[in-house]
Amino acid sequence: MAITTRQFDAVVVGAGGSGLRAALQLAEANLRVAVLSKVFPTRSHTVAAQGGVSASLGNEEPDNWHWHMYDTVKGSDYLGDQDAIEFMCRKANEAVIELEHFGMPFDRLDNGKIYQRPFGGHTSNYGERAVKRACAAADRTGHAMLHTLYQRNVRAKTQFFVEWMALDLVRNQAGDVLGVVAMEMETGEVAILHAKATLLATGGAGRIYSASTNAFINTGDGLGMAARAGIPLEDMEFWQFHPTGVAGAGVLITEGVRGEGGFLLNKNGERFMERYAPTVKDLASRDVVARAMATEIKEGRGAGKDADHILLKLDHLGADVIDKRLPGIREIAKKFANVDPAKDPIPVVPTCHYQMGGIPTNMHGQVLAGHSGNAIVKGLYAAGECACVSVHGANRLGTNSLLDLLVFGKASGEQVVKDLRADAIAHQDLPKDAADRALARLARLDSAKSGESVHEVGAELRRTMQLHCGVFRFPDSLAEGVRKINEVAERAGRLYFKDKSKVFNTARVEALELENLVEVAVSTMVSAHARQESRGAHDRSDFPNRDDANWMKHTFWYKEGNRLEYRPVNLKPLTVESFEPKARVY
Amino acid sequence: MRLSIYRYNPDVDAQPYMQDYDIELEPTDRMLLDALVRLKSVDDTFAFRRSCREGVCGSDAMNINGKNGLACITKIADLKEPVVIRPLPGLPVIRDLIVDMSQFFKQYHSVTPYVVNDAPRPETERLQSPEDREELNGLYECILCACCSTSCPSFWWNPDKFVGPAGLLQAYRFIADTRDQATNERLDNLEDPYRLFRCHSIMNCVDVCPKGLNPTKAIGKIKDLLVKRTV
Repeated sequence: MAITTRQFDAVVVGAGGSGLRAALQLAEANLRVAVLSKVFPTRSHTVAAQGGVSASLGNEEPDNWHWHMYDTVKGSDYLGDQDAIEFMCRKANEAVIELEHFGMPFDRLDNGKIYQRPFGGHTSNYGERAVKRACAAADRTGHAMLHTLYQRNVRAKTQFFVEWMALDLVRNQAGDVLGVVAMEMETGEVAILHAKATLLATGGAGRIYSASTNAFINTGDGLGMAARAGIPLEDMEFWQFHPTGVAGAGVLITEGVRGEGGFLLNKNGERFMERYAPTVKDLASRDVVARAMATEIKEGRGAGKDADHILLKLDHLGADVIDKRLPGIREIAKKFANVDPAKDPIPVVPTCHYQMGGIPTNMHGQVLAGHSGNAIVKGLYAAGECACVSVHGANRLGTNSLLDLLVFGKASGEQVVKDLRADAIAHQDLPKDAADRALARLARLDSAKSGESVHEVGAELRRTMQLHCGVFRFPDSLAEGVRKINEVAERAGRLYFKDKSKVFNTARVEALELENLVEVAVSTMVSAHARQESRGAHDRSDFPNRDDANWMKHTFWYKEGNRLEYRPVNLKPLTVESFEPKARVY
Repeated sequence: MRLSIYRYNPDVDAQPYMQDYDIELEPTDRMLLDALVRLKSVDDTFAFRRSCREGVCGSDAMNINGKNGLACITKIADLKEPVVIRPLPGLPVIRDLIVDMSQFFKQYHSVTPYVVNDAPRPETERLQSPEDREELNGLYECILCACCSTSCPSFWWNPDKFVGPAGLLQAYRFIADTRDQATNERLDNLEDPYRLFRCHSIMNCVDVCPKGLNPTKAIGKIKDLLVKRTV
């Protein structure tokens, strides 16, 4: 089959926050860049981020990057790499100020500076008390940020390939990445986008769980592509369950509600977080709050007729504050929970929200070739939620995701520019089999006359993850989960759909997405089963404590052989002293 | 639940047609999007866009019982059956409910949709008072779903010449931003019998906006500024 090849200096896969931030760097350096996105850029999932982006601007009270760094290291339950964390926290102010200059409509203080609110796990003076560090545009920070970054790319005349889905990486014999094979959804046409640099910015894969705050498009396409190309996935057992998803609907209610003074109640009307985190209470790290809520529900103190949720109370803030600072939340609560939060509490449950693991990178966005040493995959970069730098370790702090995508989106863009300038070479020749893997996947799907339903296998995958790999994890259940998810993977090898059309075939897209979700789910379950400790978001009933002697290390999962390897955590920051692991109390 | 849905796949259909469906809902299906996703699990040939399922990404705009809206925040209980679903009016149909939005985005791009400020960048943020920032409320929240522009007769007749309510709302978003320095150029760009003045204040845009925004009001403000400029 003849296949079109198009050449670019760089290809960016994904047009959410990190993809757009990186693309801006490339376009402004006058590189020929193609940005691929399954959806129009402003529909990417960054749009759904609500509460804020962290930066120690200190606009209302004293703050500094070192406190932010401490909070992030502690929040990560000491699994984050401290060099990368220092890098991110030091760059935060610059990243946020730059965004403001781009036109981001931040809320303002009376003196005209950016408004900041408290957020979970962010403290002053190394854990003393909650600090106002989250820079916010009402409760629509992600929306405002994504649109601003898109607008800035319009200005830079970035070239977008809208509604194109990347299928697989092109790798040559030496292991270098030379671009991607991608499909235009409108026509079903497949093309090779031949590039000197390929940057994955495909976001997370929260759709592996039934109860998820994530958009339908969050299917881990970059992770699937990486795994199939022989690149390991790091720390996949760590998934953040956001404390406040609307019960039943999964829709996110920002932690900013608690930042503004809202709090959680059990069925007895007790403000139970006082028991679990006496200092910062409802503003403890998300893993801590989610576990406390799940414990309340497990022990019969959940609210509602089935005692299956927790109540988020904010009516005491008053309708004025709610309308000014949390207007989107009021809208969501009315629509999805049938309550007006200015009058009644919102029913919430911990809901899958964020993938701490991902494609292993260094802090310049270069993808690591393996678990040992610092060798990189030449030509491949990753940033944002699909990457694991690792700054979030075992648990991400709220507002650090938007910071991550700004800082590492830019850093990886800068690295690409640097590498392409230094390496002023022509494109490497494409291998003869460049498109074979992708074409074989498509050919199998298009020629299938019967097989497994995409819908049913997807539902089974999500059920399995939800049941066997949730907030609390049990040894027997994980073992059963590994067996079941491998079975799901095997079924996913026989997917079938009726629609054989070339034109905007969303059935085909969903099948391809499911193949990516499978890689994410298998890596998650296998990694979780193997980690015999409790750390951050990974909570094992049989190993209830953190085990720094044996488990202060990153998991590396390889698709080939479903194999695990480990890499020590980097405890050494760039310029300051290490934060030594200690017991984590809030 | 009974649905009547516009179907058209240029690969196989000579003409568009309406297809009736009767689907079993689950108790958890609350929004129209839930019903469409359930339908898709039965008939995988049915094509539509969707992503965030909470009314912020703007993907699943469609015409629902004659009115444009987002399927993900339209409650099933509020809909009269059979629910008649068509693609957004006035744009070329690619397939089923999926329309070609090029014209819509072209108009958005035509309003210089970014803050223009060529002054040297300060070390800190550019200051803006809370009152000045408040001017952006009701403007910056637009999700570019196109419900408004595709409900506007003026946009139907002149999609290539009239910017349309969504584009004009964004044009005013940058005019209203105290950090922007290009108000005059922005007004020049719109001073045209078609680009701005095809708006006849029919207010369909206000009626359908799923985010409760008011493009007509923003358009009125632009017109006022143009008048003020000439006096």
